[in-house]
Amino acid sequence: MTGNAPFLVVGIIFFLGLYAILFERNLIKIAIGISLLEASANLLLIVLGYRTGGSIPVFTLAGEVKTMVLPTPQALTLTAIVIGLATSALLLSLIMLLYRHYGTLDVREIRRLRG
Amino acid sequence: MNPLSIVVRTICDVFAWFMGIFGVYVIIHGHLTPGGGFQGGAIVATMIAFLLVSHGGKKLLAFARPGFYSTIETTGLLLFICAGFFGITTTFFYNFLAGQGGLFGSVVPSGPNSGVINSAGTISLMNMAVGLEVIGGLSLIILYMFKGIRLFEDAEGSGETGHDR
Amino acid sequence: MKKRALFMLAILVVAGTFWGALDRIHPFGDPVRAPMDDYYLDNAQQERSVNNVVTAIVFDYRGFDTLGEAAVLFTAVCSVLALFRKGREGR
Repeated sequence: MTGNAPFLVVGIIFFLGLYAILFERNLIKIAIGISLLEASANLLLIVLGYRTGGSIPVFTLAGEVKTMVLPTPQALTLTAIVIGLATSALLLSLIMLLYRHYGTLDVREIRRLRG
Repeated sequence: MNPLSIVVRTICDVFAWFMGIFGVYVIIHGHLTPGGGFQGGAIVATMIAFLLVSHGGKKLLAFARPGFYSTIETTGLLLFICAGFFGITTTFFYNFLAGQGGLFGSVVPSGPNSGVINSAGTISLMNMAVGLEVIGGLSLIILYMFKGIRLFEDAEGSGETGHDR
Repeated sequence: MKKRALFMLAILVVAGTFWGALDRIHPFGDPVRAPMDDYYLDNAQQERSVNNVVTAIVFDYRGFDTLGEAAVLFTAVCSVLALFRKGREGR
């Protein structure tokens, strides 16, 4: 059971991100929760491709290499990280414009005002 | 915006140029060590963030013009698309320079070795093109987000004081 | 307070179910047979003359995905620039 600890860590980070999105009031903390959610998904992709006793899939100065871990999930995670970056940049820009328009960062206040 | 303490400003001033050199090293050695275009481009873009912390906004916007980074970004993306069209006689992204000798085409011995820098054909070209695009893109995001703060406090006109201490 | 307790109970039930199921089909460190990755690890160094197999996959075997990703990054930068333009005063 302790051999499956990385899957447990993925679940814990996912749960923390979901809790931050649902139960927080400040808009910046909701943006941090979305970023945690994306991080847990990327971690799951890399953990799925591990072979016990393997080394990284690079041949430079490798020494004695017997088995290597799977390289395809790592290539897919690179793309996912860049897309998460694009989402975060647009999210923070929209939060800045919201603050300029409404004067507050509280989610429950923004829902009530009709600006 | 109030400036940070004098220790932080001095260290950021020294390390900004180190980040530039280190990022270019990670981009160019993308086919030998872990790294590549996206990672090295993000490292070079933190140079703009360091200069912003240490010198203040007015001096940074006079030093780094947004038009320059826009040119770098479009050059990178166009170079990436053209590198795909060169080997169009076989398929779209064909690696026509690998193993031929000449510009990027040395042959690599099989098994673990210590790295030949002249080796992988269009992969090296694509690394540099994507590195240029990410440098331009992330620097533009930082510069324009900082300019967006100025729109809030245009009534006071005081700006930032104390950066020239 | 009641909503948070209900949420945590639901999360515990769902997470326990997922973890028990995942333990049987995919133990950590022992993936299913992957013939595509074995082909990449055996032949990438000879065909493309590159030492880093991950870079060869990202830029050469699956280069079309990287073209889409570069387009997404460009679109995000254009959108941020479009949001921060100085409009007319007084709207």
